[in-house]
Amino acid sequence: MARFGMVIDTVKCVGCMDCVVACKTENNVPEGYNRDWIVQDVRGDYPTLNMEIRTERCNHCDEPPCVSCCPCGASHIHDLGGVVLVDHDKCSGCKACIAACPYDARFIHPDGYADKCTFCIHRVEQGLQPACVSVCPTHCMYFGDLDDPNSEVRKLLASRKNYSLMPEAGTKPQIFYLE
Amino acid sequence: MQELTSTRHNLMIDPNIHIWGWEIPVYLFLGGLVAGMMIISGYLLYKDKYKEPDSSIGLLPLFGIILLSLGMFTLFLDLEHKLYVWRMYMTFRIKSPMSWGSWILILVYPALIANLLIKPPLFLTKRFPKIMYYSSIIRGNQKIVKTISIANISLGIGLGIYTGILLSAFSARPLWNSAVLPLLFLISGLSTASALVHMISKNKHERVLFAKADNVFIGAELFIILLFIIGMLSSAQANIDAIYLILNGPYAAVFWIFVVLLGLVIPLFIQSLSVLNKISHTAVAPILVLAGGLLLRFVIVNAGQFSHWNLSSFIK
Repeated sequence: MARFGMVIDTVKCVGCMDCVVACKTENNVPEGYNRDWIVQDVRGDYPTLNMEIRTERCNHCDEPPCVSCCPCGASHIHDLGGVVLVDHDKCSGCKACIAACPYDARFIHPDGYADKCTFCIHRVEQGLQPACVSVCPTHCMYFGDLDDPNSEVRKLLASRKNYSLMPEAGTKPQIFYLE
Repeated sequence: MQELTSTRHNLMIDPNIHIWGWEIPVYLFLGGLVAGMMIISGYLLYKDKYKEPDSSIGLLPLFGIILLSLGMFTLFLDLEHKLYVWRMYMTFRIKSPMSWGSWILILVYPALIANLLIKPPLFLTKRFPKIMYYSSIIRGNQKIVKTISIANISLGIGLGIYTGILLSAFSARPLWNSAVLPLLFLISGLSTASALVHMISKNKHERVLFAKADNVFIGAELFIILLFIIGMLSSAQANIDAIYLILNGPYAAVFWIFVVLLGLVIPLFIQSLSVLNKISHTAVAPILVLAGGLLLRFVIVNAGQFSHWNLSSFIK
């Protein structure tokens, strides 16, 4: 069984937002909404500041609270790669999943259902990369099977120092950032 | 220093989530109030107090049905995909408190209707004389009355507790992540329901009894609020940041002045005087308790949505 995840090299990311534009184009994300976004994280005290740029999205957690809290069964884990998805035809728009997500990765689509990153599962099923990964001009994003010890993502995680966002929230996020 | 700058600007999500407006606090308040009314009317039935003249048992289930329907309507208004509301009743998700709640709400109605039949209000029996026939059958059998009483008490407790579990199960919102929240909402529901009976009952014994009961519930509620605050302050940094939102942050004024002082302490003082026969029973204290109960839900829901694991990096 595959377990899809993403590895993002924060050293290479320049915050060009190409991933954001690719996602909006590929998934027809409505104006004013984002399934992925860029974060600038500045730490330290002037003048010794340290800035990191990273691209963020749904972390497709292993223990997704958005799935367990859903009263309609619309939020679910896809059979392929453990990707967290929303079945639009089952969603009543109660917004419990939005409250449950520590990453605030979800939003209400203007048509009334909860929406978020799908890891471009429609592309992945055809053997393609997610839109954001495929367009990244600095090649800072890697998508692959975290369960496969020979995959590029696993090799990167084994060789480079990395972290995930808010592991203390207890959701086991599956996107890792290389330092 | 840590400063996060995000390009995301999703509606209702950024800069901090505000997905639930007035509808959810109003529903949580009405749900708690009805839960308290069910427990109280169950108690009145169990203790045979419903046989006393002017007992409010005739009104409580009727008010319960009306208020719960109003609460469910506000829940419906909150849904973004309204035509898909039936999806909640096509499945039961054991891990979802909201799923439990939607089914509990369905079970509550038959219990309230059975309760209503025991002492139906006059205007109903005049219009539908057949009700008296069912009513006499139920009243003739003590076993049925006791069953209805226990059903109302247990479903009332379930409803009251669920409104708190609904929020406390969201670990992403540190302010809600407290095990005493369900108890706080249950006791607040009992307190507001006692205040309502204190206000509307025509039976003097009942008025005094529920003024006394409300004083006990208010005392318990103040103690649980203290436990809630201590629990948060002795927890993780995210919980400490979250509780400061209501201790001295943007929600502090509403919390201390309207919820604690005007909603709990002052009515406790007024009701204590009326119980001691120093002043007469008026609607002032019950109205303050009811308004305080509503504002408690507003503060908890709004401050809870504001609270975040990353809050310290947002507000520093």
